Parts: sequence; C-alpha cells; structure tokens
Amino acid sequence: MREFFHRKLERSAIGFVLAIIGVSAIGGFVEIAPLFTIDETVEKAPDMRVYTPLELAGRNIYIREGCYACHSQMIRTLRDEVERYGPYSLAVESKYDHPMLWGSKRTGPDIARLGGKYSDAWHVAHLINPRDVVPQSVMPKYGWLMRTELRTSDLGKHLAAQRAVGVPYTDAMIANASADAYGQASPDSPYAGGVSERYGAATNLRAFDGEPNRLTEMDAMVAYLQVLGRLTDAAHRQTAASGD
Amino acid sequence: MVAALTLAERQSAIAISALVAMCGLAMAIAGSDDLLGAHGVIVLIFGLGCSALVMSRYFAPEPSEERLTRYYDDPIRVGIILSLGWAVVGMFFGVWVAALLAWPDLTFDAPWASFGRLRPVHTSGVIFGFGGNALIATSFHVLQRTTRARLPDQLSPWFVLLGYNLFCAVAASGYLMGVTQSKEYAEPEWYADIWLVVVWVVYFLIYLRTLQRRKEPHIYVANWYYMAFILVVAVLHIVNNLAVPISFGQAKSYSLFSGVQDAMTQWWYGHNAVAFFLTAGFLGMMYYYLPKRAGRPIFSYRLSIISFWGITFMYMWAGSHHLHYTALPQWVQTLGMTFSVVLLVPSWASAGNALATLNGAWDKVRDDATLRFMMVAAVFYGISTFEGSFMAIRAVNSLSHYTDWTVGHVHAGALGWVAMITFGSLYALVPWMWNVERMYSPRLIEVHFWLALAGTIIYVFAMWNSGIIQGLMWRTYNDSGTLAYSFLDSLVAMHPYYIARTVGGLLFLLGALVACYNVWMTIRSAHARLAAGAGEGDRPVPHGAGAALQPGE
Repeated sequence: MREFFHRKLERSAIGFVLAIIGVSAIGGFVEIAPLFTIDETVEKAPDMRVYTPLELAGRNIYIREGCYACHSQMIRTLRDEVERYGPYSLAVESKYDHPMLWGSKRTGPDIARLGGKYSDAWHVAHLINPRDVVPQSVMPKYGWLMRTELRTSDLGKHLAAQRAVGVPYTDAMIANASADAYGQASPDSPYAGGVSERYGAATNLRAFDGEPNRLTEMDAMVAYLQVLGRLTDAAHRQTAASGD
Repeated sequence: MVAALTLAERQSAIAISALVAMCGLAMAIAGSDDLLGAHGVIVLIFGLGCSALVMSRYFAPEPSEERLTRYYDDPIRVGIILSLGWAVVGMFFGVWVAALLAWPDLTFDAPWASFGRLRPVHTSGVIFGFGGNALIATSFHVLQRTTRARLPDQLSPWFVLLGYNLFCAVAASGYLMGVTQSKEYAEPEWYADIWLVVVWVVYFLIYLRTLQRRKEPHIYVANWYYMAFILVVAVLHIVNNLAVPISFGQAKSYSLFSGVQDAMTQWWYGHNAVAFFLTAGFLGMMYYYLPKRAGRPIFSYRLSIISFWGITFMYMWAGSHHLHYTALPQWVQTLGMTFSVVLLVPSWASAGNALATLNGAWDKVRDDATLRFMMVAAVFYGISTFEGSFMAIRAVNSLSHYTDWTVGHVHAGALGWVAMITFGSLYALVPWMWNVERMYSPRLIEVHFWLALAGTIIYVFAMWNSGIIQGLMWRTYNDSGTLAYSFLDSLVAMHPYYIARTVGGLLFLLGALVACYNVWMTIRSAHARLAAGAGEGDRPVPHGAGAALQPGE
C-alpha cells in the first residue's frame, strides 16, 4: 500500500517538492519556534548592560579576524569546565549578542570569563606576539591592531542597526556613539564622563592600548576582551545560590 | 560555448551581465569608503567580463535546431573544471591552516594571512567551491539522463553556474579582507546572501522545468536527493542569514537573532548544511554514478525510499546536538540527541544500499579505481554517520565537543565520503562529457586513489588521537582533587598530531593535483580526437522510438 502511494508521488514533481518541504520543516519548527516563546529559555538579569560602542567595535574586530574559530565563549555545565573557566554560561549573558559567539572549537581556551583576568598590558603584548608572553602558544600575531586607527565615524549606525534587531540602545547612546568610543579609551578627556553616565559607573575607562591620545583597533579589542563575562553577575549569583 | 547560444539567448546574456555589472558599479560607488566597494569592483569586473565574452562571439552563426535533439552539456563541462579548480584552492588553504597550527609563524605579518581569515577560505572553498560546483555539474547531467529531457533553455544553467561562482569568489575574497558574519559555513554578508538566493531560485526552476518535460514517468531516486538539496538548503540559507545591514553602503550586518535562539538557528543551519549539502546532494551523485559505473541496478528500491524520507525528516532535528551542556534548554538537547541516534538507520540504509549494489561487481571494484573511489566513499559514509550518531550522545559529546575529534569526524565525512564520491563521479563523468572512451591515465586514477585514502586515514587518525587526548586531559583530576593539566599542557600535546594532519592533508591535495592533470590531459586528447573528426554524444531517446513509454505519462 505504502509503496503504491510512493510510486504515485514519484510521478509528480510538484507533489514531491511539497512533500520535501513539509517533511523537512517539522524538526526546525518544533525546536526553534518555542525558544522565542517559552519565557524560561532566557533568564532574567536586570543588571545586564549593553556593549559600549568601543566594546562593540572590538567585538566586530573579533568577528572579522575569525577568533571564534579557536575560542569558545560558552562554559558548559560540567565540573571540570566550571573549575577551569568559572561559572557556567547562562543564556542571558549572550542575549545582546547578534550573532552569538559561543564557538564550536577550543584550539585555544574558552574566554567567556576572560574579562578582568589579565591586565590590559598583558593583552596588548599577547595580541602583538602571543609567544612573547606564552611561549607554547600557536595563536596568530595581531600586530596590525596596534597600527590601525579605529574607525568610529559610523558607530552610530552600528548602534542603530543593533537597536533594530532588539538591543536596547537609547537615542543618546546612538547620537554619542563616536564620542563615547573615544572617551572610553581616553579617561582624561571631556568625553569620558558621558560613557559612565550612559553605560554605568562600572564601565572600564582606560587607555587600553597604553596610548591615551590614539584610538586604535587594539583599544577596541582589549576593551571587548576585558568585558567578556562582565555584562551581568547573573552567572556568579546562580553558582552562589546553587550552594557552592 | 557562446556559439551554442541562440541570438536571443546571447542578447539576454549580455543584458543580464550588464545588469550585474551595474549592480557592481552601484556597490562600488555606495561602498566607496567600505569593503563593500571592493566587492562592487569584483562584481563589476565579473559582469563586464561575461558580457565581453558573449559579445566577442556575438556574430557567430546560430546553432541549428538539431541541438534540441541532444542534451545540453556545455555548462557541465565548465562546472567540472571549476570544481577541480576550487578543490585545489580550497585544499591548499586547508593545508596552510593546518600547518599554521603546528608552526604558527608560517605566515606574513599581514591581516589577510592570519589563521582566522584563511580558515573560512578553506571551508567555503572545499564545501561550496569544490562540492557545490560538482553538485551543480553532476545534477545537470543526472537530471537530463534520468528524465531523458534536455535542460529547458541554454541560458539559465550558465546563470546558475557562473552566478554561483561569483558568490564563491565574493565569499572567499571577503574573508581575506575581513568581511564575515561569523556564522560557521554561512559567513558571507547580506549582499552575497541575497545574490545566492537569486541564483538558487533559478537553479530550482531549472530542475522543476526539466522534470516537467521529462520523458520518464517516474522521478529517479538521485533527483529526489538533488531536489531535497536545493530546496532545504534554500530554506536554511534564508532563515539563518536574516540580518540587518548597518547601511546599504556597508558590508557589515547584524544577525536578526541573538544568543541562544541564534545558536540554535545557526546549528540547525550548520548541521543541515552537512545533511542537505554534504549528504543529500552527494547521495544523489552516488545513486546515479555508482550503479552506472558498476553496471548493476540499485540493490533495493524500498531501502532508497526509507533512507530518503528518514534523512529528510530526521536530520532537521539533529542540529541541537552541537549545543549539549550549553545554555540551550535541555529539552532541545535531548530531542537533538534522540533524532541523531535514530538517524543512523536511514544513513546506514543508504550506505548499505550502495554497498549491496556492488554485489556481483566486486571484481570491478578491485580493478577499477574509479569505482573503488565510490565504494570507499560509501564505506566512509557509513563510518562517519555512525561516528556522528555516537558523538551526538550527551555523555560522549561531553568529551568530544570543542576538541579535534569533531574536526576528525568532519574530515572523515568530507574527505572520505564527499571528496571520494565526487572524484569517483567526476572520473566516470569526464570521459562521457568529452566523448572519449576513458580517462587519459587509469594508472594516475590509481595513484590518486591511494594518495586520497592514505591522506584521509592519516588525517582522521591524527585528529581522533588528538581530540580524545585533549578531551581526557581537560577532565583529568589528580589525587588531590584538582585539575591535573593546564590548557597549555593539552595544547603542547597536540603538536605531533597537528604535524601529522598537515601531512595527511598534503597527500590529499597532491591527489587532487593528480586528478587535475589527468582531467586536463583527457580533455586535450579529446580535442585532438575531435579535430580528427570523431565523437558524438549520447542523445535522449526520441519520441516513439526505443523504450516504450511507461504507463502514467
């Protein structure tokens, strides 16, 4: 009986096309659609902040250079991972990540909790030549980050596009994006105050690359690396609550 | 080739090329201070080049009506050559990035030459460049032969083939410049994605139009798989690449989804790129070229039905096994694991069907390296689908995930299955397409076979070893209850395996170069024969003659 049915199906190109679409659509629909509707999928974290323009620029450099190919940003719920890297990652921590950078391979270590672990100077030296600070490293050198001025003129457009996909950037954040990028890496400049005002007092305001008068891609990259895992304390609270 | 187009087709070709060139010009102007501008220039040059090519032969005599009694194979020949070209490019970058992990300073102090930018050139080069072109070329061949109908027109196949290669070129050049949206195997930015949708729609329409004109009542199994490949890849591509560009003058865009939803969408895409690009499409290849070369009918029609619908239904659930123990809700992980395990049934049904087809032809497998390529491909398909189901089990995945084991698994599939079935099919197809009795050198096919097999085995064993060692070192505790190894300890332990995998990849690349030489010499000898006035391709059986039409038409 079934064979008979299939032999009929084989004679209709349109029927076959519709059957393929119907049969293949079910799995994705059942697994993906509920993730947008079930509230518990993403935890609540009222203290969660958005990336500053400088950090977002750094994140875009991280994407551009393909760092995600070797570094994950997703600590799994396994004892050895939590002991090696820190509290396991929560969904809320990447809620503003368009796209997410969970990664799929650890040629290098996970960096979901990298922020604050090393000094800015260590990061700068490490990015210029990883083998200067970690002799066994196989990471590429990223010397050009230090040599390249950061493009800030279109950061407002970046923030606006982020808002279009759901990240709560305010009008003031978008209007001041370029100035805030400069201010965050030049703590003594008049632009610095606006950054803390808009993104919170805990925001890192430093000359990340060691040169306060120049805004380089290195500034952006280090600013991003130093905020990894620090946009919210939700993961630490969760670990504390589960009775560690 | 241009001479085979009718005058109307030549005019349309020039018009379309000019339109593409104008899009390129618009991109170049709008994106003059952005990387989008560089891509605009590439598109512009491509459009101008295509129109110049057509114009140079514009006044050539028109083809006669007699052409309609033959199959249309010109795009297939070009597709084969493009596929082999991309194979060499993609595998060369593969060997390079492999070497970089063993010797990280084997590079220039230039942004384009760093690992993170080269890696997608490798993955896209082999998957989309090599694999995609081979799929397009073979699908046009299989489609015509199994329907006994000529392609519906002579322009749209060129649009698909060349348009697709424009996509590949924009993708690869973009990675080197730093244009990527970071989604693995879906890295190209929004404008390249939109272009691919246009190309893909035309591809689908060619398939549908040819099927509508078929002279066989039943649609052959190979075409089911090619159709699933075309349709599902379109759906995956569109959904996963939904994004908002920061402006129409800039390459950068932001994905519509974020965090956990984005991760699930990405791996729903990523795993089904494996399923419908690297599996379904190549199963289509296998279901035609393997029985043809073996001279045996497919072992079981029922098994083909079971495996086809099993794969089409179940693969789409399996993506979440890439996200075990992550912030993805556990119910999705469990669904993904369950379907991944059950997926072994249709996968092995296909592999078994292929191997059982060879019963009665094992002497040919022994003597004919082309058929042996296909046989080994079926074996590796069986091995890597078993491995995949195994690694999708949560407990196993806790060890294997994030390690080189995954890389080894992917390459068992990509080298052992995808590349082997492709080379086998191309070795069967090239003599048919160029009207010669056989390849230039069967001995070189033999050489290629052993290089490819040795390369695959060295690569896969190296990665199995390194992956499992890595996974074990990360979770080993010492007596005092603390982690025994630092991450660096595990990295240092990888070094010998990274060298071994480079060697394995190099052997595989050498094999591909041997294939290029062999194909090149075959084409040369074919041209020599043609000059001597020989050669006539296979033709569709004309109406009323030969095999009587079956009921149902």
